[in-house]
Amino acid sequence: MKWWQIKKRDADLEQELRSDLELEEEEQREGGISGEEARYAALRAFGNPALIREQTRAIWSWTWLESLARDLRFSLRTLRRTPGFTVIAVLVMALGIGANVALFTVVRGVLLKPLPFHDPDRLVMLYEAGLHEDDKAGSNVVSGGMYAEWKKQNRSFSSLALTQGIRVGLSGSGGQLPEKLNSALFSWDLLRTLGVQPALGRDFMQADDSPAANGTVLLSWGLWKRRFGGDPAILNQTIELDAEPYTVIGVMPAWFDFPDPSTQLWTPVYHEKPEDTMTSFSNHMFRVVGRLKPGVSAAQGVADLSIISQRIHNAHLNDPFVFRSAKRRPLLEHMVGEIKKPLYVLLEATCCLLLIACLNVANLLVARAAARRKELAIRTALGGGWLRLMRERLMESLLLSAAGGALGLLLAFAALHWLTRTRHDMSRVESIHIDGVVAAFTVGVIVLCALFSGLIATFSTSDKRILSALREASRSVSGGSARATLRNVLLTLEVGLTVILLIGAGLLLKSYERLRSADMGCITQDVITMHLGLPDARYATPAQRANFYDTLLERVRALPGVEAAGFVTAVPGQGYGMDWTFSVVEHPPLPQGSGLFALSRWADPKYFGAMGIPILRGRTFDGGKRLDTANEVVVSQSFASQYFPGEDPLGKHLRVRGQNSVIVGIVGDTRYAIGEMPRPVQYYPLDGGVETVGTLVIRSRHDLEQFALPVQRIVSEMDRDLPVSDVLTMNQLLGKHTFDQSFNATLLTAFATLSLLLAAVGLFGVMSYIATQRTTEIGIRIALGAKREDVMRKMLLDGMRPAIFGLVVGLAASLEACRLIRDLLYEIKPLDPAVFSAVAATLLAVAVFACIVPAWRASRLDPIQALRAE
Amino acid sequence: MSSMAKQAQQRVGLLQGTLDMLILRTLLYGPAHGHQIGKHIQRTTNEFLQMQHGSLYPALHRLERRGWVVSKWEPAPDRNREFKYYRLTDKGRKQLLVEESQWKQMAEAVARVMWPAAEEN
Repeated sequence: MKWWQIKKRDADLEQELRSDLELEEEEQREGGISGEEARYAALRAFGNPALIREQTRAIWSWTWLESLARDLRFSLRTLRRTPGFTVIAVLVMALGIGANVALFTVVRGVLLKPLPFHDPDRLVMLYEAGLHEDDKAGSNVVSGGMYAEWKKQNRSFSSLALTQGIRVGLSGSGGQLPEKLNSALFSWDLLRTLGVQPALGRDFMQADDSPAANGTVLLSWGLWKRRFGGDPAILNQTIELDAEPYTVIGVMPAWFDFPDPSTQLWTPVYHEKPEDTMTSFSNHMFRVVGRLKPGVSAAQGVADLSIISQRIHNAHLNDPFVFRSAKRRPLLEHMVGEIKKPLYVLLEATCCLLLIACLNVANLLVARAAARRKELAIRTALGGGWLRLMRERLMESLLLSAAGGALGLLLAFAALHWLTRTRHDMSRVESIHIDGVVAAFTVGVIVLCALFSGLIATFSTSDKRILSALREASRSVSGGSARATLRNVLLTLEVGLTVILLIGAGLLLKSYERLRSADMGCITQDVITMHLGLPDARYATPAQRANFYDTLLERVRALPGVEAAGFVTAVPGQGYGMDWTFSVVEHPPLPQGSGLFALSRWADPKYFGAMGIPILRGRTFDGGKRLDTANEVVVSQSFASQYFPGEDPLGKHLRVRGQNSVIVGIVGDTRYAIGEMPRPVQYYPLDGGVETVGTLVIRSRHDLEQFALPVQRIVSEMDRDLPVSDVLTMNQLLGKHTFDQSFNATLLTAFATLSLLLAAVGLFGVMSYIATQRTTEIGIRIALGAKREDVMRKMLLDGMRPAIFGLVVGLAASLEACRLIRDLLYEIKPLDPAVFSAVAATLLAVAVFACIVPAWRASRLDPIQALRAE
Repeated sequence: MSSMAKQAQQRVGLLQGTLDMLILRTLLYGPAHGHQIGKHIQRTTNEFLQMQHGSLYPALHRLERRGWVVSKWEPAPDRNREFKYYRLTDKGRKQLLVEESQWKQMAEAVARVMWPAAEEN
């Protein structure tokens, strides 16, 4: 029987009983009994129709659902009667559930879903390791030569493929501007190793992957749509990358973003890289993906590769940069490595938030239960089943958390929408969406919350002392305080959790602030940076490059408002970039198998001045020395102290790639990335014409953004096909690199603020409740001459007790909890006294604030009104 | 719980198994409405079985749920009104046979215990 038939069935039964009863009545009348008497006689013979109806109804199994519907109606009515309570409880639940659902969706999408590759468990990311004999921890990207040997000799992998992220310039065509794109080099078998096919066109073939082959390129779905209008006719067309022709052979599926989400096109690696790079054992630059053969474990595979590495190492003992062994990471860990920890920390934070939300709702329900104690006692006395009352209570909390959950799901949806828009940089961000599993998770959370908050409230009223309740309620002078104990315990827990969240947020915030205020070793205000890359094809000789830089800088410096300008391969904060090995000519040769390396940068002579990097000793490059005669080097302070301890580096010579350069100056230390310690740097003159890619820096006190256009105009006048990209002020550039930290700190602070708010609401609620409960008592006290200040102080102390207990509990728990986020902190200890005391002070202030209004109100009671209230 | 309620429970328990059978047997004569069925059982047993409507209607609805009877609103031949008439289905007929034979076995078994001498004959 369907639900819509229930009504019909009821009517049917009613009619059946009525007609039979009428028949009975007629028969009685026919038997000689008259009028009213016949009716009673019939009823006597027939029995109670209402009861019969109930009993008959019970035959149909729908009754349990009907009673459920009755409970539902009843709960809805109760909730509607107290809209304030209902709205607060639903909102609280919505926040708790929404945050959890959103974060669960992210964690599931990013960390729990298998990678979208064929049999992803067999894939491993491989690294070289063991630079020194006793080096157990370090690992490095792989050299082309080692990769080739691994590939040739190993017996554990069905395939080994290699990749490297690069940047290429896509020439303007069809009226579109040239642009700089993130690209990746793939060995021809990389897609086959992953088990991925292009969405359109074909994969690389072995023949494409050689220096002699014609250029081929795979486009990302996004680039294809954006730049080529999603036109399939692009296949087999030629596009220009760094001024060289490439045939488009295919378009990758939209979800494909290996090795990272910013990659927009892929080209074969052996076609791009010179042969000496691909055979060198000491030039480490590639990432290697391997697919293990069936039945071979990852450890076995790595052991296999390590044996090969050791053999190569032994054969090249004169080269200090040939590694001894191999290392691995699961592919997923490689792709999401940095986001994993913060995500789990945030998930833990949202769980805390949800727990606080549940405690708060439980608290509100307990308060209501206490207020309705008399009603419940009367119903129990009249024979209302305890189970029935409990079911009603649970129905209420289920309604609240279901409504909260529905709202929370909407919140989560909005939050995820926002997240996927703001965080394209996050790996696997495309696999984040709400699906069946998330829906099931939401339902689970709703039920859990309903049970948690409902059961706490239920058991708070489950005692059988009906009489005492009735008696107490009839004339409560100081009653109900026992009930407040439970609420105080809940509040203590709530405050404790809030303290943990606040401390976590405080630590992240402080560490973010430390990070942002870390001294980069250069000016970060009033500086704008722009990325430029000269295509090898058009700038083949050092003279062409040096001329380009000279002209560019000359014209940029001539722009009105430019105070200083310079060009460098990488500014501080732009990343590790390049390191080169070197030796000191004046020092005795190092023992076989060891060597020196340091970060290397190429800069023009005025770069140091433009960036405010102090020249501590000596001078900058001689601007007159160009090309082959540019044989000077400037080193950083830590370079000097590390490699020339106790001697004067000025005038000494560094030997790099067979060329000697004389040290002419020592400049201040800089950090290659925010949050990293300064490392030794060797600066070589840009005028040597070696480098093709770098960053233009302009310092000015005027509006920095205004230089973007004129500089672009200068560049396009010099070379129509040369894109200027990444126009960022130094602050933006650093902000981009601390985005993760600011993101985590912001989210956690938001959660902590929310929970602080919830705790304050909880405190306020309990205090107001206690104050109302004790109206009569306070009235009597005041009438008997108690001072209002004393009343207020007493009320305040009562309210503060759970807050202080909670604070102590929370601080103690934080000692443990903060170890969880130690990895996320920068230059501060998990037990930062400033953060701990700030949190304690904030919490106490909020608690006082939450308690003071009810306490003040209690102290202002008019005793006559108060006594009359009962 | 009052003693009256207890009595009522005992009576229901006593009739539980047999009431269904009696109703099915009554309907073998033809379709009838609830009142008729109750009256018939009462009359046939010489008022020995006082029909409780409180158990009659639930029983009728139970039988209908199990598909042993079907119901239909029809005008009564002697009254100018419609009544809900119950009619035996084929399934109900089979069920009646089953219940009848079970009842017989039961009665015989009880008889054998109660009056053992009769069995020797």
